[in-house]
Amino acid sequence: MPDTPADKVLKTTPLTEAHVALGARMVEFAGYHMPVQYADGVLKEHLWTREHAGLFDVSHMGQARLRGADPLAAFEALTPSDFRGLKAGRQRYSMLLNPAGGIVDDLMAARPDDDGLFLVVNGAGKDNDYRLVAEALTGQAEVERLEDRALIALQGPKAAAVLQAHAPEAAALGFMEARAISGFGTELIVSRSGYTGEDGYEVSIPAEVAASVWNTLLGDERVRPIGLGARDSLRLEAGLPLYGHDLDEGVSPVEAGLTFALSKRRREAADFPGAARIRRELDQGPSRLRVGLKVLEGAPAREGAEVADEAGRVIGRVTSGGFSPTLRQGIALAFVPPAHSEPGARLTVIVRGKAQACEVQALPFVPHRYVRKP
Amino acid sequence: MRFTKDHEWVEVAGEVATVGITAYAAEQLGDVVFVETPDVGRQVKAGDSFAVVESVKAASDVYAPVSGEVVESNGEVADAPETVNASPEAAGWFAKIKLANPAEVDALMDRPAYEAFLQTL
Repeated sequence: MPDTPADKVLKTTPLTEAHVALGARMVEFAGYHMPVQYADGVLKEHLWTREHAGLFDVSHMGQARLRGADPLAAFEALTPSDFRGLKAGRQRYSMLLNPAGGIVDDLMAARPDDDGLFLVVNGAGKDNDYRLVAEALTGQAEVERLEDRALIALQGPKAAAVLQAHAPEAAALGFMEARAISGFGTELIVSRSGYTGEDGYEVSIPAEVAASVWNTLLGDERVRPIGLGARDSLRLEAGLPLYGHDLDEGVSPVEAGLTFALSKRRREAADFPGAARIRRELDQGPSRLRVGLKVLEGAPAREGAEVADEAGRVIGRVTSGGFSPTLRQGIALAFVPPAHSEPGARLTVIVRGKAQACEVQALPFVPHRYVRKP
Repeated sequence: MRFTKDHEWVEVAGEVATVGITAYAAEQLGDVVFVETPDVGRQVKAGDSFAVVESVKAASDVYAPVSGEVVESNGEVADAPETVNASPEAAGWFAKIKLANPAEVDALMDRPAYEAFLQTL
């Protein structure tokens, strides 16, 4: 277990006390005191989310509003995506790019109302993200950090029915739609999205009512609290990359298999940071690609494990990996050359000096169950 | 039964020590999903990493509490890793070691001493 230095002051979320009261095992994550698991443990929490509804505190993530004359166009310039064309009520996954086409952070951006853009960014990089965005918006719009709000995720096949009982307007949302609506006697920003591969919602709530909303949801027998441990194994099964592990400043969206976030208009205009590299990778193919690996024997392969071809030549590295509670075997995300990236390709992964057979697998490992509107 | 500060246990019968991880260690790890036990015939020294236990989240080394030759390895925990959680201090044993230096056992904690040690964590 990682030890937390006693002299390091960790930030809390509006729900930290609720986690401690539930008997959570608390760890440092992105500078916050966060629950890695509750009494049920990672395995049960993971499977509960796949079968019922899991409740997550993700308040360590950054929430911000971009307001001003034309925040969409100014923000868009930092990303390869189309935000000018983002309609009210829609949400988009995108990333901030550096001038070399590497990913500074990945994020969700939505228009829950007519009040500019609502951003959710990763906890670890939020200060840097806001600085970059503020610079890009200078004179046109402003970044307002929403420090007085909590963010929770309710995920799983029962999540929609549970949330809609408290916030009926959430029923109108399909996958990747977001709206400012009422629920639990307060105002919410709700998006139908998440990071588990399941149907569900992320809900932004005023900090002062966060604990009461949390406890109300836990009062429903379909809902259990889920820690960061299961959040990680769920997103891994869903094939979703995690910033700081699968994505970093050296990885491009093409290498990471995130080309769905590149808009056609922006690609043609080549008017985003790192456009030259990204266009070249689109035309000629990147030198490496993010793939899924199913470990066919031995121990789970974890971050840092080398990936070798059948001749034993090291060709890549695992960027995140572990045991899949759903599939009951080791699964991993790794970067390998395109020649070895086809599903079915046989490779080996080196765990504690032993070469173990693995196979490239199309992502996701476990099918997504998003609910899209017709 | 004797214990180490790394949360292994040892039970000696004759010149052979059965070794595993404690109930406390199993509880801290959470659900065990993979166990790698040492090969029979391997010579281990006290303090060597001689087995691996993995939960969903992480891999942890298991250290040999005593020196000697591995004379038996528990296939059941390799096939059914959840045995480590269900019965850490009995059916969930990892290996049997033929003691090279029986005096090493005497240097380990007895149960009251181990329980007092746990109170300090």
